[in-house]
Amino acid sequence: MTRGILACFASGALFGVGLAVSSMTDRHVVLGFLDVFGDWNPRLVFVMAAAVAVTAIAYRLILRRPAPAAGGEFHVPKAGAIDARLVAGAAIFGVGWGLAGYCPGPALVAVAAGLRDAWIFLPAMVAGSWIAGRLAR
Amino acid sequence: MNDWAPGIAGGALIGLGAALLLWSVGRIAGISGIASGALEGARGDRAWRIAFLAGMMIAGAAALQFVPLPPPRAQSGPTALLAVAGLLVGFGTRLGSGCTSGHGVCGLARFSKRSLAAVVAFMAFAMAATFVMNHVHLSP
Repeated sequence: MTRGILACFASGALFGVGLAVSSMTDRHVVLGFLDVFGDWNPRLVFVMAAAVAVTAIAYRLILRRPAPAAGGEFHVPKAGAIDARLVAGAAIFGVGWGLAGYCPGPALVAVAAGLRDAWIFLPAMVAGSWIAGRLAR
Repeated sequence: MNDWAPGIAGGALIGLGAALLLWSVGRIAGISGIASGALEGARGDRAWRIAFLAGMMIAGAAALQFVPLPPPRAQSGPTALLAVAGLLVGFGTRLGSGCTSGHGVCGLARFSKRSLAAVVAFMAFAMAATFVMNHVHLSP
């Protein structure tokens, strides 16, 4: 189990450095991508394309294995219907993302880096998630 | 600012992180779900989440500190706007079961139709929100 925890820490580290190196932690770079009618910044396209390509290839290879290396089983979401809850949630998330330029990963890294805007954004994000969790009960 | 190399390099690192998480403990790297589970999930299911988030925050912040990157922009966003945006992001990602990483990176990599629908929806609404904010002047 300890090996699994260390691997999780290392996974997070790779992920976090990736967000930093690609400037996804700079909300103005993200807003520059979303502002398609302004001074458009294509950065996010490269980030997403590379991340999806690497993940797609790796997932195919990994999911051929009988089980994860540190034991347990694979927790892969089952294919489900595209329902109102999914689309409404994504739309609400999109509005927030478009207003601030922060999504959850970059916001967490920006908080750790001591960036002021993220320190305002993150507590509100945690509260929003908690409210949605309560309503779903 | 628009050069492609840091984007490709950063994206590849994100993909490697997602791959290592699935390979080692069989989990999908969806940050909103990992974070809400770390705060509110079952006790026995928290350690791996906390380890992942700690690695991401510590290494990410260290990279911002020590890797020569473009200097951070002014941190002067309107407080109310940032707070409302945070509420919407937290609420929406919980309701829609994922964010840019869970649906965007991992979901698209699994060719999930649900994730594709979510990505189309959040991209469209994000672009609309940014458009209204930057190009629609509501004041009389």
